[in-house]
This record gives sequence, C-alpha cells and structure tokens, in this order.
Amino acid sequence: MASKRRGLPEINAGSMADIAFLLLIFFLVTTTMEVDSGILRKLPPWPEKDVETPEIHKKNIFVVLINKNDKILSGIGSATKKVEVYKNGNISSSLKDDIKKFVNNKGDVNGDGVFDNRPGSDMNSSDSPQEAVVSLQNAKKTKYKTYILVQNELTKAYNELRNEKSILEYGKEFGLLDSDKQNTIKNYYPMNISEADIKKEEDE
Amino acid sequence: MSKFKKGEGKEMPAISTASLPDIVFMLLFFFMVTTTMREIEELNPANPPHATQIRKMEQKSLVANIYIGIPPKWKQDILGNNNPRVQLNGQDFSTQEISSPGDEINPIIQEFIEEFKATKTQDEIPQLICSIKVDENATMGTVTAVKNELRKNHFLKINYTTTKDDD
Repeated sequence: MASKRRGLPEINAGSMADIAFLLLIFFLVTTTMEVDSGILRKLPPWPEKDVETPEIHKKNIFVVLINKNDKILSGIGSATKKVEVYKNGNISSSLKDDIKKFVNNKGDVNGDGVFDNRPGSDMNSSDSPQEAVVSLQNAKKTKYKTYILVQNELTKAYNELRNEKSILEYGKEFGLLDSDKQNTIKNYYPMNISEADIKKEEDE
Repeated sequence: MSKFKKGEGKEMPAISTASLPDIVFMLLFFFMVTTTMREIEELNPANPPHATQIRKMEQKSLVANIYIGIPPKWKQDILGNNNPRVQLNGQDFSTQEISSPGDEINPIIQEFIEEFKATKTQDEIPQLICSIKVDENATMGTVTAVKNELRKNHFLKINYTTTKDDD
C-alpha cells in the first residue's frame, strides 16, 4: 500500500460529463445542418453598347407573364392563356405541359425556313428545341413566391424533357449519365430563358 | 413460498456511469465535425419559398450570399416603409442604394463582389456562385435590381435559395 500513500490524490472525473455536456449543447445550438440548396440559374450577360440583340421570330418565343397581382398568363408569341394558381399554392400543370409541347414542337429542325409538316407539330410553334426561348416577364410588384413557382415549373419542364431524351437515347435517367452525355443532352435541350424584353420580329 | 421473494438481501447493482463521458464526447465530436458556424446574422429574417426542382450547393466556400428580407416591425417604424432590404455581409441597404440607372455600376455591389473575389484563387473564380436568399413576400423589383447589378459585374451564376418541398 506504499504507492497509494505517496501518489497524487486522484482527480475527480465526475464533472467531466458536465463539461462535455456543456460543449455539446453549445455545438447543438450553433450547428446548422441544412445544406444550402435552390434553383440554379445562369444570368445573361449585361448587353454591351452598340451590340444589336438578335431578333427572334415570334413563334420561337414562349411568353410567361406575371403581373403585379401575381396573375400568370402564358402563350406562344404573346401571353394569352391564363394559368391557374390554386389556393394551396400549387400551380396548374398546364404551364409545364405547354412549355414541353412548345420546346418539343420541332417545326423546322433543319433550319431551311420551311415548315417540316411532321405529324403532331404546329406551324406556329417553335422550330427546334435549340431555338425555343422562354421569355419570363414580371412586374416590379410581383411577389417573389409566384416568380419561384414559375421558375420551378420551367425547370421541371426542362428536367422532364432531358430525362425523356436520356431514357430514349441511353436507357438511363439523366442524373445517372456521365457528364459528357449529360452535356450532349443539355445542348439538345438548352434552357433558353430570357428575362429581358426581346425584340419580336413581326410576321410578314 | 414464492421463489421470487422481494428483498431477499440482494439489491439492484447501480448502473455504472463511467462510460457516460465517453458517450457524450462521441456526440460532441460528431457535432463539432458537422457544424458550420453561421457566419453572418440575418438582419431581416428571410423565409424562402418552397420548390421541388432544387439542387444542392456543393462547395460553400465558393458561394457569396445576398439576403433580401422584409424588415421587422420596429425597423419598419424607423424606415417609414416595409420595402425589402438587401443585406451584403453585415449591413443592409434599400433597393435605391444598391441599384444604379442604365449602364452605371453600383459601387456598393461592386465592392462586395470585388471583396469576395479577392479571397479566391484564379481557378476558383469561374466557379463562384451567388446565392440569393429572398423572402417569399419580397417584390421582384428588388430582386431584379440585384440581378442587374450582378450582370453588370459579370457575375452570372446565381442560385435562388429555396426550401425542399416533396411533391
């Protein structure tokens, strides 16, 4: 029993748990687990002076207009069709379906200026997915909530188109493809979203 | 008579609490590793809208944050209106203060972007993203003003922060 008498008195470790708990609570409070997530967009560059914006034919523009009272209108060339927003905050799927139909119209894929007359395609809708532009217009008083609702539908339309193409071509979902193949599909369905005023070329 | 007579001399042994600190330390380390400190306090708390088609932001260090929120009641009384406020780093501004007419570049946003870019390497600059966290009740006038200033500064990759909403 010699060692017990000569050694230092044992430090009481009973409070160790309390200290650890204190630290634990501090980290619990300051921690933010959620990862920042959202809708990614690439803004168009600011127009340089003396550079003419290219004119786009009316039939290649799908207009989505959100007015100051958060009412949504859509249509090819000009916004004519009302899009319903339900009381529970959901939007009518007609907007998404219309955009998909418009982008996938393929009226004049080879670009010779002559309507291809393919079954199911419309003469007064887009020439090809690459040329199709969705023009998003909003008022200053438009609520951000409505704007995101429309942006979400737009993204959904393109995501579905890309996914359908991916399954058709490669038999796999878009998200599972390697980046080369993803880029091929992205180039086939580029997300052309214009948020500025576009010059419209009038019909002859 | 009964085989299981109560109080037959033996008592329940006390559960040893010696391993309690170990368990707590384990939890502590987990939270220490996963934690990301809130860098700046939101001056005007923004409640972003819901969306379904969302993507996760991979590298937090490459993200510049802009907050647009409706000022709280006491601040509205001082300002005299409830217009959305734009927060850059620890300071908030009105829409007029951060937007310039025409092709003019607004000095406040320019400084914010230059300051952010200065801390990044040359390879990282093309990957930088600006995350805009906007309150769902804010008006688009403010958001468009911020977007236009970003475009003037050639900062084109943006992210509209939304919360996940399963459909």
